[in-house]
Amino acid sequence: MSKIHLKIAVLSGVLSLWAAASLPAHAGKTLDAIKARGQLVCGVNTGLPGFGAADSNGKWSGMDVDVCRATAAAVLGDAEKIKYVPLNAQQRFTALQSGEIDILSRNTTFTLTRDASLGMHMTAVLYYDGQGFMVPAKSKFKSAKQLKGQTVCVQSGTTTEKNMTDFSRTYDLKLKPVVFEKLEAATGAYFSGRCAAFTTDAAGLASVRAKEAKNPADHTILPELISKEPLGPMVRRGDDEWFAIVKWVVYGLIEAEEYGITQANLDSMKTSTDPVVARLLGTNEDMGKHLGLDREWLARAIATTGNYGEMFDRNVGSQSTLKLQRGLNQQWNKGGLMYAPPVR
Amino acid sequence: MIPARPAPFTSATWLSAVRQHLFADWNTGLASVVLLLLLGYAGTHLLDWGMLRAQWMPDVAACRADGVGACWGVVAEKYRVILLGRYPLEEQWRPVVASSLLLALLLVSCLRSFWRPWLAVLWLLGLPIYFGLMKGHLWGLSLGLTAVDTDRWGGLPLTLLLSSVSIALALPLAVLVALGRRSELPAIRALCSVYVELVRGVPLISVLFMASFMLPLFLPQGLTIDVLLRVLVGITLFAAAYMAEVVRGGLQAVPRGQVEAAASLGLSWWQTQRHVVLPQALTAVLPGLVNNFIAIFKDTSLVTIVSLYELTGALGLALNSDADWRPFKLEGYVFIALIYFLFCFSISRYSLWVERQLALGNPS
Amino acid sequence: MRLSWRSASGRGLLYQAAALLVVMVLGWFLASNTAYNMAQRGIQSGFDFLWGPAGFEIGEGLFNFDSTQSYALAFLTGLGNTVRVAVTGIVMATLLGTLLGVGRFSRNLLVRVLCSAYVEVFRNIPLLLQLLMWYLMLAELLPAVDTPMTLGPLELSKGGLMWISRSAHEEGALWALSPEFMALTLGLTLYTAAFIAEVVRAGVAAVPRGQKEASAALGLSRLQAMRHVLLPQALRIIIPPMTNQYLNLTKNSSLAVAIGYPDVVSIANTALNQTGRAVECIALVMAVYLCTSLLTALLMNAYNRRVALQER
Repeated sequence: MSKIHLKIAVLSGVLSLWAAASLPAHAGKTLDAIKARGQLVCGVNTGLPGFGAADSNGKWSGMDVDVCRATAAAVLGDAEKIKYVPLNAQQRFTALQSGEIDILSRNTTFTLTRDASLGMHMTAVLYYDGQGFMVPAKSKFKSAKQLKGQTVCVQSGTTTEKNMTDFSRTYDLKLKPVVFEKLEAATGAYFSGRCAAFTTDAAGLASVRAKEAKNPADHTILPELISKEPLGPMVRRGDDEWFAIVKWVVYGLIEAEEYGITQANLDSMKTSTDPVVARLLGTNEDMGKHLGLDREWLARAIATTGNYGEMFDRNVGSQSTLKLQRGLNQQWNKGGLMYAPPVR
Repeated sequence: MIPARPAPFTSATWLSAVRQHLFADWNTGLASVVLLLLLGYAGTHLLDWGMLRAQWMPDVAACRADGVGACWGVVAEKYRVILLGRYPLEEQWRPVVASSLLLALLLVSCLRSFWRPWLAVLWLLGLPIYFGLMKGHLWGLSLGLTAVDTDRWGGLPLTLLLSSVSIALALPLAVLVALGRRSELPAIRALCSVYVELVRGVPLISVLFMASFMLPLFLPQGLTIDVLLRVLVGITLFAAAYMAEVVRGGLQAVPRGQVEAAASLGLSWWQTQRHVVLPQALTAVLPGLVNNFIAIFKDTSLVTIVSLYELTGALGLALNSDADWRPFKLEGYVFIALIYFLFCFSISRYSLWVERQLALGNPS
Repeated sequence: MRLSWRSASGRGLLYQAAALLVVMVLGWFLASNTAYNMAQRGIQSGFDFLWGPAGFEIGEGLFNFDSTQSYALAFLTGLGNTVRVAVTGIVMATLLGTLLGVGRFSRNLLVRVLCSAYVEVFRNIPLLLQLLMWYLMLAELLPAVDTPMTLGPLELSKGGLMWISRSAHEEGALWALSPEFMALTLGLTLYTAAFIAEVVRAGVAAVPRGQKEASAALGLSRLQAMRHVLLPQALRIIIPPMTNQYLNLTKNSSLAVAIGYPDVVSIANTALNQTGRAVECIALVMAVYLCTSLLTALLMNAYNRRVALQER
């Protein structure tokens, strides 16, 4: 009998020692981890058409998904070596903070709180958006300022609640929020008539209207944008190298559109003598080595998703069901805000 | 003097049975008439909506037509997503086969004649086969099937998996915790009591939130645990606390004389528990334990809140993004309510059967 | 007491020491990991965020909450909402459950069958599913907000049940019950009533048969016997499991987050997202539920002691 007790004592002693000895190791570099794993783990939306949604065969598409694919192509050489982790609004930050995902590409707004106190960094703005309201077309509201005392369906866990409150206070509207955990519950309540309005980012409104309204023409998106919502991918704090990579993939795609490099003319552009184009595609200088990548990093990214304009058109623009205008997301020299720092 | 009441009926014809049960006196008769009227009204409307005017074909236009009742076509159209979640379409035979295997194992374990040692061997063989089929690979060994990650698992197989694995793991833990709560060693008693009271005092939602959002923060960097595993751990710990209370009740019901007799026979504490106390305690509270099993089966519906698409979540997935079929969500809800009812009702009837079997075996 | 494992008391000490050691090391491991991870990622911690302005509105509550007020007050509003649902649910479920439980002993076959059928149906369907169904039905069947059903000052529509003061109609409702509150209370009541019915039935069945026969011999009708003899005695057996059901109802009200009712879990969720303090918010929620459980258990135990059989 004493043998059993001896074994138990030794086992508990060993367990305690092991627990004490396995202190958390230093954070490994994200890029090394991704290369070792051979896969990019990408946090995406559970289902927002145009930004991140999977079809019934499990194939993901959308603006945010394209950023992940471009990054995977730049880093690993293969846009399919991605593991998509669908996250709802509550889980997304803890998933990134804990290291479960490498990049959070989930139509997340850049704000001070998120940049400074949540342990993450915003990389580059992918989409300039604003929050808006959607109301039934037959309601009497033509402007968001007419929504005095009305109920508004909203999803919890996003900046929408705070923005709505600020707007309501500024114009003394006393809006009454009905807050749901899941986006589908919020939109379901709006479409069943529980609330007078539904609020989220304007692109999200278009997406919801296209996807879930029986007749999209029955719903109007009110003209006011009550907040600034710059959306873009986010990475964890503490790894500047990875931060630079993701940031410059986005900037590279924007600059590719500025210089006219498309998916179709990529091969012919590789022989171009324009020094900017040559730098972007790695034919004269190797810009990739500064990032820890090879010289073809951006060429592969463009080959995968096309330039920014092609990404926009395909996912949320003229070739999609959302039919959103470029608006603020047009290039800087065409009146929009997309101004990529030079790749040089 | 109290007035005499009419003598009870003793004749056995159909009419007199109705009279006895439904119209024995004025009050009963009035209640029967009112209830029959209400039932008739509700019943005919329900029948009309659910059966006579219902649309059975998966045809959206026909369902939307005026005067149509329930649209059961939504089930015909979406049953694959509702029952199997986001599992890839071509591989859907795998969860069906794997779940049938699991159900067969469970059914076999329910019958008393199969309570032999080789049942454990059967489980030890069956579980790896189940996981191998669902995942496509087992402990690194590829089985020639496409790998399907756990976040694609969903629907009824996920419900069955979560319930059976958490119950199987929670039961031994519950027995240990119940024994610990009755221990004479104050530290162990305190630890087990704190665990049970803490877990029983909080709702399952907060345990699931903690397991899915905060567990990554508690672990060293680089160590990531599968979402399914996290949820499983959360449900197991939750279930074990409730089962521990039930088992503790059973342990209290074992007469002290049993323990004293075992001591006089020279059995050690562990031997006493294993051979004398636990068999009696567990058979005494088996109905209570089975009640807990039903509760856990129902509680798996909560994992929708942490984005695992079991049966309830898969219905949302199937219908929320499809504007054509979304108006018929109620029919979808009724469909999965029927499935849950079927499972839970069977388990409760089984528990009554087991109770009878055990009573037959131990006439008191 | 010798510290060797040849003596039972020595073994006992060693086991306890080992158990405590394992638990302490595990706790230290988790805590140090959490602290390290949070420092590494620049995540701030602490409860100081509770005194900052909340910045979000709450749709309904016992008192008017304004977004300039603190997070602490927001949590209190959420707690008030939870208590509101819990108390209403407990009262209604007890009434309905007792009626159903007593109905299982009716002489009327139809009543017996209906009560059994109710209990079986509502016990075997998950609560979340029931809540979603009730919310869907209320959302679909209630009239639109601009064409409400009116009965005097009461108005019923998709916006809820409201008491409109006619003189100041622009002001809106004097008090209102939102559809979320109605769906949640209805779902919780119907679900818990099924369990309470079983508890009451078991309690009444456990009263010795002689009591029923004696009351019949005294000429009491079945209803009088139930009211004056059986139920009071059954009460002693009923109270502990009933306490359990009340606690379950309070904990089940946390499902409000799925149908948009701003209870304490929902408020904690919003606070978690706005401040990023996941650990603090979830800890607060668990503390709230532990306290309400303890309080309910204390109250019911006091009541139990009062009705306990004063035996020799």
